[in-house]
Amino acid sequence: MRIGAGAGMADDRVAPGVQLLQGSDLDYLVCECLAERTIARETLNRKRSPELGYSPMLAERVRAFMPLCREKGVRLVSNMGAANPRGAAKAVRRHAAEAGVNDVRCAAVIGDEVTDLLRSHPELALLDAGERLESLLPRMASANAYLGADVVRDALATGAEAVITGRVADPSLFLGVAMYHHGWSYDDLPLLAAGTMTGHLLECSVQVTGGYFADPGRKDVPRLAELAYPFADVGADGSIEIGKPSGSGGRLDRLTCTEQALYEIHNPARYITPDCVLDVTDVSFEELGPDRVRVRGARALPRTDTLKVVVGYTDGWIGSGEVAYAGINAIERARLAAAVVQERFRMEGGKADEILVDLIGMTALHGDTGRPQDRPEPYEVRLRVAARCPDRRSADLIGDHVRQLNMQGPYAAGGPVNLGPREVIAVDAVLIPRSWVKPEIVLIDKDVS
Amino acid sequence: MTLVHDIAHARSGDKGNTSNVAVIAYDDAGYERIQRHLTSERVMAAYAHLAKGPVTRYEVPKLRALNFVIEKALAGGVTRSLRLDPHGKTLSAIVLAIELPDD
Repeated sequence: MRIGAGAGMADDRVAPGVQLLQGSDLDYLVCECLAERTIARETLNRKRSPELGYSPMLAERVRAFMPLCREKGVRLVSNMGAANPRGAAKAVRRHAAEAGVNDVRCAAVIGDEVTDLLRSHPELALLDAGERLESLLPRMASANAYLGADVVRDALATGAEAVITGRVADPSLFLGVAMYHHGWSYDDLPLLAAGTMTGHLLECSVQVTGGYFADPGRKDVPRLAELAYPFADVGADGSIEIGKPSGSGGRLDRLTCTEQALYEIHNPARYITPDCVLDVTDVSFEELGPDRVRVRGARALPRTDTLKVVVGYTDGWIGSGEVAYAGINAIERARLAAAVVQERFRMEGGKADEILVDLIGMTALHGDTGRPQDRPEPYEVRLRVAARCPDRRSADLIGDHVRQLNMQGPYAAGGPVNLGPREVIAVDAVLIPRSWVKPEIVLIDKDVS
Repeated sequence: MTLVHDIAHARSGDKGNTSNVAVIAYDDAGYERIQRHLTSERVMAAYAHLAKGPVTRYEVPKLRALNFVIEKALAGGVTRSLRLDPHGKTLSAIVLAIELPDD
């Protein structure tokens, strides 16, 4: 059984997914398109237009993938449903039909949304803030539980060609396919480990095939521009081999697999998913040939009694602007400009809880250690001023003052820009008992509104 | 002195306000060196101006890897941070610039 990864983020490239479908004999294509805060943003979009609230690139992916899926008998699984899996499934049918693929049988997974439920449980503890959920309730925009592989398994069991979910844990999308295909149960811990490990390696698409990896001269990636998406051959016995299209760009080997195995993992012996607690400490990667790696040694403990719920909430506005200086005294001019911007912002009644001044080229990414020898002055620098503001006007004002620096600040200011105010959708999380969540599978196989 | 970059590669990831940096040695000798010298104290010192910490170190000898979990490292978290790199994708480059004593 072969699963391909067709996307690893909401705006991931489409062409490598087409390449996989065309030449790699897939049985399933899994597209992971949902970052932590995406659902909160899409929940707000859905409030504005009830038919929206799903992944913005859904139409493009469906038009590119569904003709090939139909032709080759590949079934699509994706969390592109975001805050509106039912609406997304209808959109899949519509866009597929426009691409010449009629009557796509879709299954939408709903029930991850638990906003109303959480409103009656203000006592829950926020994992990041350490406070009670109560403090966020007035500003809560969304609350979605990470569902597990069972919903994907059950949705595939309906015979659907396309399974569209909202919040499902990334690796569970892949494990669900394997549980369905091989008939695995929650009692088979080594198999759950294998399927979860497969999902963890594939969920970020190119991050296992040479993306997020190249360091020229130290660890090179051949033909980086032609990176390909990975696939996995998962046996009924839990054997795993990861591959990529033969002759494609990028690299797939022990090094790329090891980096991805530990990606976004805290305790490597206890990676908690809705399906199991994965232990990667005994995992090994064996290079079987170019573009082919065998994965062994994943272990798991049984799943926990709780599910993690991501809570999205509105948290004011962020505004920013940028401008550049070069040549003699460039850094001092940038610093003077930053002081002027902040003074004007206050003079005109701007409100900010926090202002950040970055010198891009010196301190923007790795900060300022306070030791001048750590951050030698570059020939040119781009000043960035960002502010967290309680209101939209203030967030716009900070950028305006940066934008106006070409005339209103130190001499020779290049390329000033106000990057515009953006409403902040922040996320935190709570744990809730599994039994509180009641997912459902809805078949969308007729064009009804 | 040896740079971590000479003997290992790294990848950083984010969860909430926590950054994890996996450091992977190219060979067994390299793993022995990072295992001995790349302590959580050294890592905390390199990130001290960016992160409140604490730093927890996990060893994965079979993968020749150390996984550093750096708490309160992302200026409030990906979704709230004012930083240019809210995910901390560039933070793995800091650990690679740490100098390790010879021996």
